[in-house]
Amino acid sequence: MSPVEITAHSNPLRVPTDRRLNRIAGPSSLIIFGVTGDLSRKKLMPAVYDLANRGLLPPGFALVGFARRDWENEDFEKVVYEAVKQHARTEFRDEVWRQLAQGIRFVSGEFDDDAAFERLKDTVDALDRERGTMGNHAFYLSIPPKAFPLVTEQLRRSGLAEQSKGWRRVVIEKPFGSDLKTARELNDVVETVFPPDSVFRIDHYLGKETVQNILALRFANELYEPIWNANYVDHVQITMAEDIGVGGRAGYYDGIGAARDVIQNHLLQLLALTAMEEPVSFDAADLRAEKEKVLKAVRLPRDLSTATARGQYSSGWQGGEKVVGFLQEDGMNPQSTTETYAAIKLDIGTRRWAGVPFYLRAGKRLGRRVTEIAVVFKRAPQQLFAESQTSALGQNALVIRVQPDEGVTIRFGSKVPGAGMQVRDVSMDFGYGHAFTEASPEAYERLILDVLLGDPPLFPRHEEVELSWKILDPIEEYWASHGAPEQYRPGTWGPASSDELLARDGRTWRRP
Amino acid sequence: MIVDLPDTTTSNVSKTLIKIREEGGAVALGRVLTLIIATRLGQEEEVIEAANEASREHPMRVIVVSTADPDHPHADAESRLDAQIRVGGDAGASEVIVLRAYGETASDEEGLVTALLLPDAPVVVWWPGTAPDVVSTSALGRIATSRITDSSSAGDPHAALLHLADTYAPGDTDFAWTRLTLWRAQLAAVLDQPPYEPIESVEVSGAPDSPSTVLLAAWLRLQLDAPVQHDLTARQRGLSGIHGVQLRRASGTIELVRDMPDLATLTQPGQPTHDLALPRRNLRDCLAEELRRLDPDELYGEVLTKGLPLLEAEEQGVAAR
Repeated sequence: MSPVEITAHSNPLRVPTDRRLNRIAGPSSLIIFGVTGDLSRKKLMPAVYDLANRGLLPPGFALVGFARRDWENEDFEKVVYEAVKQHARTEFRDEVWRQLAQGIRFVSGEFDDDAAFERLKDTVDALDRERGTMGNHAFYLSIPPKAFPLVTEQLRRSGLAEQSKGWRRVVIEKPFGSDLKTARELNDVVETVFPPDSVFRIDHYLGKETVQNILALRFANELYEPIWNANYVDHVQITMAEDIGVGGRAGYYDGIGAARDVIQNHLLQLLALTAMEEPVSFDAADLRAEKEKVLKAVRLPRDLSTATARGQYSSGWQGGEKVVGFLQEDGMNPQSTTETYAAIKLDIGTRRWAGVPFYLRAGKRLGRRVTEIAVVFKRAPQQLFAESQTSALGQNALVIRVQPDEGVTIRFGSKVPGAGMQVRDVSMDFGYGHAFTEASPEAYERLILDVLLGDPPLFPRHEEVELSWKILDPIEEYWASHGAPEQYRPGTWGPASSDELLARDGRTWRRP
Repeated sequence: MIVDLPDTTTSNVSKTLIKIREEGGAVALGRVLTLIIATRLGQEEEVIEAANEASREHPMRVIVVSTADPDHPHADAESRLDAQIRVGGDAGASEVIVLRAYGETASDEEGLVTALLLPDAPVVVWWPGTAPDVVSTSALGRIATSRITDSSSAGDPHAALLHLADTYAPGDTDFAWTRLTLWRAQLAAVLDQPPYEPIESVEVSGAPDSPSTVLLAAWLRLQLDAPVQHDLTARQRGLSGIHGVQLRRASGTIELVRDMPDLATLTQPGQPTHDLALPRRNLRDCLAEELRRLDPDELYGEVLTKGLPLLEAEEQGVAAR
């Protein structure tokens, strides 16, 4: 018998054949700036509890809040407790809560207050001693981007960003700038303080099970990949529709618009995952390489007037409710030319996708809340069937429903029972919730855990952010010089110009 | 909905299932596996409940095969099959078929279930109580991809564990191993962190009727290749299951002890002491974990067939001295 060697990379208790052990994050803390915000209350704090409840957080884990409020640790603990009680996905267990509560701290202060950051540093150092967090700390900046320079500078000045003792990571949320230039500025600000591999950009869409399933669907199966190309695919539609308006975000939304808000990040990421080649491995570098390749190959049509459409929702009735138009929203600039609906047509210049347009659309106050990717196939040659027999047959389609009701639908033709041969569309449906009923973990659970584990595949790198701005910038410039967007009625599927955009190509939008 | 089918046949059950589906308009056929639960007459409800709850994670068809205890006076009752179908609210996200077989009907368990298995989906058999002598060659075990036993329910859990080791075949698994997962995850996480020193010796303690404690010792013996002592004494505290683990290395001892039913304490040199939630896992959690992966658990096989004999041999060596 000779005791087995243990190193940082070989743990005899964690062997590849062990199919049961989850990876638990190492000793660490999560420090949230902007802890009083909605995101923090509804998503981040509940996700931390859910992780603890699933046994995925280290025993000495600490959660630190930083905000302007004049709170003590106990007050903050109460806030977390309420957030967890209200929004956590998993059942509330007293022993888990008590364990988590031991590590809850609060630091009160303004972002420009040096003393507050000194206090934060003392708190973090004390956690290393009291909770054994071993100098590993992640800073979650759930704050407006304009505060980034100040906060990152404070983190540097106070020595909180120093990586000497353990790891220090920073988590930032979209928007990653509002165009290529501001994205670069923002990136420079963050990357002067934290090295690139310590910066985690959260795009919560990438944490969704259905989005990760795109990779499994495409590459683990033999069924789809052979037809996943220009030989068989006619076009692709990627939709992200919301049924709500901008509401309380009016001030933020003015000047941003649907394209910057969601097309730049979520929709282009979905496009990249749908269109990319098979990566060599699931490693972050390999995955990003493929995504970047396909984003680089995206081409804008020459004439942007026929390849884009935009709109603003007007006031009217939506689903039994009277709603105000975008320009009449509280706190909105009545002259705003910001779009609440955007549709664009993109080409991908690779051999796989030559001649297959990708239509992206996103909007608010649309028919219903839905995000989906529809791959629409070419029509089969129909010489066997008379035209009257297949008049009710559309194009075959494969639809990946990202939210809600996650799943995959395949639409194809089938004979209508009875005498004679009539073919009509039917659909075959896979519901995530039917095959795997366990409510899938919230995207934020997965992403926070990945930050603590230092596992980067699901986080876009700065290059991807830049590439997507390069796609969007010319469109934004074109729109900026072309006046006000067209109005559309709330509860519809957008302005008439977006229907014309597809009609010009002899196509129609799917009704999701 | 519950449909009773007294004195029936499985083909009748099968027809009724299709009828229920057509009438209910339920077209979701997303069930991913068939779970057969082999139990004794009168003991069905607790395990059905666990299965219903586990079905929230894995939608499945549950077939409960309930037969008389051979030692039971009713063993030579009249041959007869009573069936019951539960769907909807009475069955979680699963559909449950309870087959109560009396007399000679019970002699062919495989024949009872064959017509009711889902096409092309894996079959898991779970014996919540007494398991057949060799599970992998038993009537139900033969058709299963995965076979779950629970050695802690045996009269002599330790002997049951040794018997499982003798008769192990890939695809076998035991709840004594499933109950360990949270402990193992914590211990593995400790060794993920510095200082990276080899573990020189190990001590594991637990209740005498806890096969999980023995498996934990066997796992540590196999993976760490260090001497492992296991102490199975009933302590005054009267706690069941695993009590604690000590890993000794040059810089000191790592200790994970469960003093209270759901709460353990982790002590490491140079580190603050941590409390952590480590509840004894219930049937639902164990079953859900087993159903998560359906390929053979190789590590369990190794711990059972290699770790356990090493542990036993050294233990006897100590005793002989």
